[in-house]
Amino acid sequence: MTMAVTSPRFRENARRALADAPLQQALAKMKAGFVDKRLRAVERLPEFDALRDLSRDIKDHVLVNLDHYLERFEARVVECGGEVHWCADAAEARDVILALCRSVDARSVTKSKSMIAEEIGINDHLEAHGIEPVETDLGEYIIQLAKEPPSHIIAPAVHKTRDQIADLFHASHAAYGITERRDDPRALLDDARQVLRRKYLAADVGLTGANFLIAETGSSVTVTNEGNAELTQILPKMHIVLASLEKVVPTLEDAMTILRVLARSATGQEFSSYTTFATGPRRADDADGPEAFHVVLLDNGRSGMLGTEFQDMLRCIRCGACLNHCPIYASVGGHAYGWVYPGPMGAVLTPKLIGIDLAGHLPNASTFCGMCESVCPMHIPLPKMMRHWREREFAQKLSPPRHRAGIALWAWFAERPALYRFAARLGVGVLGLIAGRRGRLKSLPGAGGWTVGRDFPAPEGRTFLDLWARRDGGGR
Amino acid sequence: MAITDKSAPRVALFVTCLVDLFRPNVGFAAVKLLEDAGCRVEVPRAQTCCGQPAYNAGDRATARRIAAQVIAAFEGYDYVVAPSGSCAGMLKRHFPGLFADDAAMKASADDLAARCHELVSFLHDVLGVTAVAARYDGVVAYHDGCSGLREMGVKRQPRALLESVAGLSLAELEGAETCCGFGGTFCVKYPDISVRMVSDKTAEVAASGADTLLAGDLGCLMNIAGRLSREGRPVRARHVAEVLAGMAGGPAIGEGDER
Repeated sequence: MTMAVTSPRFRENARRALADAPLQQALAKMKAGFVDKRLRAVERLPEFDALRDLSRDIKDHVLVNLDHYLERFEARVVECGGEVHWCADAAEARDVILALCRSVDARSVTKSKSMIAEEIGINDHLEAHGIEPVETDLGEYIIQLAKEPPSHIIAPAVHKTRDQIADLFHASHAAYGITERRDDPRALLDDARQVLRRKYLAADVGLTGANFLIAETGSSVTVTNEGNAELTQILPKMHIVLASLEKVVPTLEDAMTILRVLARSATGQEFSSYTTFATGPRRADDADGPEAFHVVLLDNGRSGMLGTEFQDMLRCIRCGACLNHCPIYASVGGHAYGWVYPGPMGAVLTPKLIGIDLAGHLPNASTFCGMCESVCPMHIPLPKMMRHWREREFAQKLSPPRHRAGIALWAWFAERPALYRFAARLGVGVLGLIAGRRGRLKSLPGAGGWTVGRDFPAPEGRTFLDLWARRDGGGR
Repeated sequence: MAITDKSAPRVALFVTCLVDLFRPNVGFAAVKLLEDAGCRVEVPRAQTCCGQPAYNAGDRATARRIAAQVIAAFEGYDYVVAPSGSCAGMLKRHFPGLFADDAAMKASADDLAARCHELVSFLHDVLGVTAVAARYDGVVAYHDGCSGLREMGVKRQPRALLESVAGLSLAELEGAETCCGFGGTFCVKYPDISVRMVSDKTAEVAASGADTLLAGDLGCLMNIAGRLSREGRPVRARHVAEVLAGMAGGPAIGEGDER
């Protein structure tokens, strides 16, 4: 489902999410499901940090030679009998995909998981033109039935509880002759599989994302745990790969290096269950495969990040580790962020894609705790880039006027030590008097943000520097 | 006792705005620890704040002016020490980047960065302090402030020194490395999320069985202490320096002197 942008309402979204009991129940499972598993996987691989450095270097090399590797990739795709479509923005990519589908009179399109597909809103576009998109990743399948956008970049239905999924399947699967409500995970999986098998066989086009595009072979690489990418790309007449341009890496070996950090960072697996390669359409002596192979290569603003303070973001391999380890994400879940990409990576990428005027909350809703950067397999300095967005916001005067005025007032004093000392003496004296012997304040005018959930520890009553001056006799 | 030996390292205390305003006792505890370890301690009068409120609000120009002021005030000392991983991290990890386009200022910022340390790691790693002569009867949980942990490498040093405190036992704190939800102005800009995060923290503190929560940053401590107090949990919060200096006899953070 194409996402309406609700990022400007981040605060309300977050408040609602915090009060949503099933959501909180689902989010509470993330630590054991992702954080602990990643840690164990990393501890089992002594060279993990060396691989991170190598992976970063590979992508950095690609980013400064992006044109070269993309042209090389295209040449190889064409040699293999495929075609590459360069798309500057989402609308162009939607048009190209629709035209490709129409060229084979497609009625249904199976899809393996792709965040770029969410970014360009391809499902709604196809549906509006009478073509049925069918999500084949179990998580995507669930949220497609629920008519919801994904809340996580690798676990799109992580916000759903088993009970909610059982209800959803019960309501939706009757049309396929499955009438019993089952809530055992295995049974739910079997039901989905039964429905999806028919869809795979009926599909005219298979649309996949790509974790990598390999310049030396013209291949796309997809990792899944369900094998759904295979069935999506092999069975239909046409295979369309939808990928953003920074997915390209020079060689198969480079892809292998990054794959070693990808699954460990994402799910704590050493390797995903399936790593699927696609190189061109079916050849004369191939047993199976699509008749046509197309790569839709999306820019959508990414080339504009090259050479800027946001270039490092293009190293991102969409593992989701930053989401899994983010205490903000763990509190409010992905939908609160209000667009396709949530969590720390979304806080950096979303302002570029939909504008800082709409996405301003995202890079601001961070304590800069640094957890995301510490687990990022590609060493992306996420907090630093969130701060860069705040700088752009500040420069464009987009941050809240009250907040700006507060900073300006504070700064005026902070830059005048003598006046600052005077104001500090007065301030802590008054606060100390108000608090009296209680040592804390239950409420404080203008500090409702603090006292809504916390007492305010009162100052002792004298500043350190005043007390020190008495001991020190003045200092310098 | 003030050190007068001219060969002793000359240390400037960057006391931090929160300690200056809210809890001078932490500043005096820092001075005592540094003097006990043989340093000559001075406190430059021209200090106000490290500039993080402006820096993290995207106001780079103001952050630069404040950074320049700090660099000037702390010139010439052998070391600059702060009882805070966050403020020390600002001076050490972020000041140089503010002057990327000004070679002279960049050199001064690099020079300050090289001399700048967080208090407890300075005592342990630079001065070689392995034990303190202090007593604290209690079970203590230690929260790793984010900047101290991830920008300044403060993790084992406070625990090593706390183990030498007579009467003190350290409790395991689940999620010790997870942010408490303070985050400077974050805590008032996004209070719902911040309160949720600090509530997770106080629940873990309670589960640890500790009667005292320690940390190396007053921002985290005021946040956690304020939530502990609001929830009516009987856990006290103190700065680690107060315990290490044997100066934890007074009221805890947010605690009055009415008993």
